[in-house]
Amino acid sequence: MQQQIISTLTAELLEAEEKLVPVTPLSKRYPELSVKDSYSIQLQWVRKKLDEGRVVIGKKVGLTSKAMQNMLGVNEPDYGHLLDHMRVTNGSVLSRRDFIKPKVEAEIGFILKEDLCGPNVTYIDVLMATEALVPALEIIDSRIEDWKIQLVDTVADNGSSARAVIGESFYEIDQVDLRTLSMTLLKNGEVTATGAGAAALGHPAQAVAWLANKLADYNISLKAGELILPGALSAAIDVDSGDEITAAFGKLGTVSISFCD
Amino acid sequence: MTVTKRSDSEVIDYLLKAESDVQEVVKITDQYPDLTIDEAYDLQKKLIEKRMEKTKTKRLGIKLGLTSKAKQEMMGVHEAIYGYLLSDMLAFEWEPLQQHRLIHPKAEPEIAFIMGDDLQGKDVTADDVMNAAKFVVAAIEVIDSRYKDFRFTLPDVVADNCSSAKLILGSKMVKPEELDLAGIGMVMSKNGEMVATGAGSAVLGHPAEAVAWAVQKLAKRGEGLKKGDIVLSGALSEAIAFDMDDTIIAQFDGLGSVTLSSRYVK
Repeated sequence: MQQQIISTLTAELLEAEEKLVPVTPLSKRYPELSVKDSYSIQLQWVRKKLDEGRVVIGKKVGLTSKAMQNMLGVNEPDYGHLLDHMRVTNGSVLSRRDFIKPKVEAEIGFILKEDLCGPNVTYIDVLMATEALVPALEIIDSRIEDWKIQLVDTVADNGSSARAVIGESFYEIDQVDLRTLSMTLLKNGEVTATGAGAAALGHPAQAVAWLANKLADYNISLKAGELILPGALSAAIDVDSGDEITAAFGKLGTVSISFCD
Repeated sequence: MTVTKRSDSEVIDYLLKAESDVQEVVKITDQYPDLTIDEAYDLQKKLIEKRMEKTKTKRLGIKLGLTSKAKQEMMGVHEAIYGYLLSDMLAFEWEPLQQHRLIHPKAEPEIAFIMGDDLQGKDVTADDVMNAAKFVVAAIEVIDSRYKDFRFTLPDVVADNCSSAKLILGSKMVKPEELDLAGIGMVMSKNGEMVATGAGSAVLGHPAEAVAWAVQKLAKRGEGLKKGDIVLSGALSEAIAFDMDDTIIAQFDGLGSVTLSSRYVK
């Protein structure tokens, strides 16, 4: 793929995010676009943001459930970058108008105390490098029209990341069983989805290990202090103005967000 | 009869090929009846280096073998043995083992230590092990001797990296001081039927004693345990053979359970 097309698509996605006007799927317009090209777009997008003074606060893994992978016809996850402007405070009220077509996912967040550099990072390495586990919600929002995404679209679009919210409770890794830790996603007080830690690639730390190893291809490591979101524990739910979303993770506690007009 | 002696690297290639071809081979002491344990550990060390290079893997930790009196008597020896675990040996509860990659595997229920600090020295005690370990976790070790019919002498098995093949860990991490490790009861079942029971004390009286022994032994070679190492401290019962479509569950008092399932995946 020509460098110029990569730059043009990066600029398109930056503008789509800023003006909240989605673009036609890149996969439709450029059928030859490879996953590698898409990661180049994502990395260029991140560089532009860093030039504007943004800071990387972490990374997210997506497509960690078999259901999502089957839907997109892929057999591995994808990832995106979390930047400081995406972080919102637990319990805050967001304006629906700041998004295109938002969805919410509940995840077990990892806060790292040590860098993780692939290859050969195991999920045990991840656990040993983890400072704390935190309840987290990710708001995803595709800059691609009507979420008509193929893998290359969501990868170029920074894994459809929009916002990240974490709860205040911090737990160490021996205080929960990460495979069986429960997740209940409530929308306006009603249980909308449930799941457990194992939904993220069998073990959430395995998703983080996958990420560390994948990033090694790009000479990127996971850094101490970063927040890593290892993938949703249930299908993403649609949200609209007036909705209040809470995710409860057993003893790990809760995290909430609301949407107004 | 004269036997042409093969070089170390030929012996190593012989064993590595047996592993990668999934083909059992005649034990090496048939050709080298004089192989000593020390020489076998030298071979093991070189074998591990070569295997890491070949498979682009890293060290994951250490495993102990022959940690029960019964097994030691069976082999006519008075001490345990150790081998190395590499990162591609780590298998998962959420991914069936690929049975066709294994020769004649057996499952052993074990208590694994995850080290929070380096630990080295010839005077290291079980208390030192408990202090340097960050967590203990339920484990199943899959052993898969490269030797025909799982039959070998002590130098054979040491050179074969103590039959190491795979390990699977449970998902509950516990600080070692929170449990009486010798008193942990274990029940293992295969396809729903109980096949073995045991206790932590089956491992040289206390799993941390076994690990301390390994650290002392490693010290003689200028080695030790490293922060982040997974240490499989030895089996709580005899090893149980399994085949494709078998599911083995080991339940440990206070440590939860760990499940192994095997499929023929090609």
